[in-house]
Amino acid sequence: MAVATQVLQSEWTKIKSVRSTVWTLGLAVVVTVALGALISALSKNDFDKLSTEDRINFDPTFTSFAGMGLGQLAMIVFGVLVVSNEYSTGMIRTSLAAVPQRGTFLFSKIAVATLLALAIGMITSFVAFFVGQSMLGEHKASLGDPGVLRAVIGGGLYMTLITVFSMGVATMLRSPMLSLGILMPFFFLVSSILGNVSATKKVGQYLPDQAGHKVMQVVTVGDDAPYGPWGGFTIMVLWVVAALIGAYALLRKRDA
Amino acid sequence: MIELQGLTKRYGDKLAVDGLTCTVRPGIVTGFLGPNGAGKSTTMRMMLDLDNPTAGTVLIDGKHYRQLRDPLRAVGALLDAKAMHGGRSAYNHLLCLAQSNGIPGSRVREVLDTVGLTSVAKKRSKGFSLGMGQRLGIAGALLGDPRILMFDEPVNGLDPEGIHWIRNLMKNLAAQGRTVFVSSHLMSEMALTADHLVVIGQGRLLADTSMAEFIAQNSRSYVRLRSPDHERLLDALAAAGVAPVTTADGTLEVDGTDAARLGELAARHGIVLHELSPQQASLEEAFMGLTAESVEYHAHSSPGEAPAAGQGGPGDPPPGAGWGAGRREKGS
Repeated sequence: MAVATQVLQSEWTKIKSVRSTVWTLGLAVVVTVALGALISALSKNDFDKLSTEDRINFDPTFTSFAGMGLGQLAMIVFGVLVVSNEYSTGMIRTSLAAVPQRGTFLFSKIAVATLLALAIGMITSFVAFFVGQSMLGEHKASLGDPGVLRAVIGGGLYMTLITVFSMGVATMLRSPMLSLGILMPFFFLVSSILGNVSATKKVGQYLPDQAGHKVMQVVTVGDDAPYGPWGGFTIMVLWVVAALIGAYALLRKRDA
Repeated sequence: MIELQGLTKRYGDKLAVDGLTCTVRPGIVTGFLGPNGAGKSTTMRMMLDLDNPTAGTVLIDGKHYRQLRDPLRAVGALLDAKAMHGGRSAYNHLLCLAQSNGIPGSRVREVLDTVGLTSVAKKRSKGFSLGMGQRLGIAGALLGDPRILMFDEPVNGLDPEGIHWIRNLMKNLAAQGRTVFVSSHLMSEMALTADHLVVIGQGRLLADTSMAEFIAQNSRSYVRLRSPDHERLLDALAAAGVAPVTTADGTLEVDGTDAARLGELAARHGIVLHELSPQQASLEEAFMGLTAESVEYHAHSSPGEAPAAGQGGPGDPPPGAGWGAGRREKGS
């Protein structure tokens, strides 16, 4: 597929030639690592005050990922801007005139942004883990402990999938303001509320981020989710696939 | 060559483009003329497969646009000067377009040079003036060295120097044997550049004719006469077999008789003339007359003033085909 190679190259040029790429991804790393380090340091100081039950449930790996809730918002902004910049600037008409095969256009764009998000996500996850663990002192986990490496890799995958999901939603909605206005409050507030209120928990735990969190956790005592780490991950993947199918179905037929 | 066959676009219950059939040929500049809202931009977007036609097809050298491999090498288009990401530099904007169609990076520098933007190649296009944005858009159209070029209102917002540059560019491209299709709502602009005219109004084809033919058919010339001795002049003209038209302000307009003969006629009868002037209805007036019925957004001027300058008299034979006949009833 010579055409796809050309379009991938073109999308790479696009993504690296705008400033929003650097600041959104940079912010994602900084916020996730810094907040994770802070929460880890605080947890170490408070550990002695914890009840026995909380000590058993204490998950040093997941604690070092405490910044991801905020850091993922920067990844969402990245995903939304990669797609909706085309619409808000009018570039989409130039782009589709150059690449009229809309599937090739959409999936090349998403592939390039996904690879970049994966690289940044993995860096973020590993750095957040090591910095967080160094803050936790004697309560720390190490990569060799059971489930820890899976959780750290899972953290990188989670950040990536959130980005891809955002790209799918942004393709469907086109407007950056509308996309961010829906995705940011949803992932920052609505989802965690639904997932923590007992009445809605049954439904809430199937939301993409709630299900996706599972793969980043090591200690899951007292967790009644009906799926394991990779089960939760699969649920998140299904959400992403659904968003991409919706994005392609709309883009394929829509007037640019 | 571009072939439109029954091209139709419907938005809700409104027909934006209505069964448009025409052929745009290589080697000449084809002007695509119509008032605002006539469906020009919609038609051009459908030609590039950006908008899906409700019915009909567009063939680019016998192929659908979506079937073209590396379409920028076949068709270059300037649709909207702002159809670019303002945060990207001119060079990177062109580079990503070039890469998507397998065009070498060296070509980017060539077209930047052609449009005179080399010195600002590394600047973000956000800070560009309208004219610079237009030039960058044209650079994008030229990138693939295409056989077909489409420009949507390319002179909008340009300074005289820029307009002059674009006119020459289009003529040169056509002279190289390329197909050049350019839209405008200004007849005067088209008269200077186009060899062939496709005129639409409310999405319908109103005329598909060569520029020379359009001028011959539509530039009505007549002689205006004014005399304090109005009645005697009318009698003298009638006696000579000339049928004048009296306008609202009392002047007479005579078709088909030259000014010298009318002057001699008046002199023979000893009639004082206050005015004897040959007049030429401009192409702009002819175009407005042609599209008056189909103009979507009329400015509401005083009711006595017809949209066309309204010199059509009852005895005036309709120019060319039947189109425009309606405005005569309205205008007289």
